[in-house]
Amino acid sequence: MKSAVVVFPGINRERDMARTLKLVSGVEPALVWHADTALPSGTDLVVIPGGFSYGDYLRCGAIAARSAIMDAVRAHAAKGGLVLGVCNGFQILCEADLLPGVLMRNQQLRFICRDVYLRVERSDTAFTRGYNAGQVIRVPVAHGEGNYIADGETIARLEGERRIAFRYCAPDGIIDPQPMLPPSFGTRARRRPSNRRAEPTRRGMIGA
Amino acid sequence: MKARVTVTLKSGVLDPQGKAIEGALKSLGVAGVASVRQGKVFDIELEGADGARAQAALKEAAERLLANTVIENYRVELL
Repeated sequence: MKSAVVVFPGINRERDMARTLKLVSGVEPALVWHADTALPSGTDLVVIPGGFSYGDYLRCGAIAARSAIMDAVRAHAAKGGLVLGVCNGFQILCEADLLPGVLMRNQQLRFICRDVYLRVERSDTAFTRGYNAGQVIRVPVAHGEGNYIADGETIARLEGERRIAFRYCAPDGIIDPQPMLPPSFGTRARRRPSNRRAEPTRRGMIGA
Repeated sequence: MKARVTVTLKSGVLDPQGKAIEGALKSLGVAGVASVRQGKVFDIELEGADGARAQAALKEAAERLLANTVIENYRVELL
């Protein structure tokens, strides 16, 4: 699998993303600069890593989402190519209209840095096929703007189209009422913003 | 030509920063504060003097970057 990691000014997790992709896929990913207008030919997966692109100015991810490379990422996604956004990358994908909704400041205004439990809703996506549906996994999150907001119609559509890959849950798998992480159109996955690194797992890069 | 774009949260969208400011104002004892919503103001200087063209450019600026219309409204004023 050929992957590309997009680098914006202020992004700071591109190296551990590259390291993880190398560990998981065996192939060194290409690092692509935001001002580039094309992805390396043959790219299967584009990853937007975490950090603080443009210092989180205006809104998290807003300025990065309008950079030149994002047209190429959009075209890649439109062809059915895989796109993964982690942390600030998830915010960038929302701002770029590649994913619906928006991430807002956490309700309690606290930066949340802890492990959370997720229930795997689907194991039939490229991002989750190493898991079993219904399995509970533990994932670190670290975010100040991780409050996912979308209108009721959008949430209903995501549910109806089975685009929720993971849901927050208790360690025993009991579900929080709030849904999360739809792989949009079946090809784009996302996680709540996380700045902390988890070691790659043999199951795939979603744990990364 | 000077212009101002004001971006505000849509009603119904939770504004934790506004809430925190509201709480601080109340704890300062500022009288009569019922609620606070935080927004953004952009003061923009435009080249040329064509009002209609400026309005169109500012609308484009707001729609494409300054506001996220999922959660925000915007208002354009020529000053």
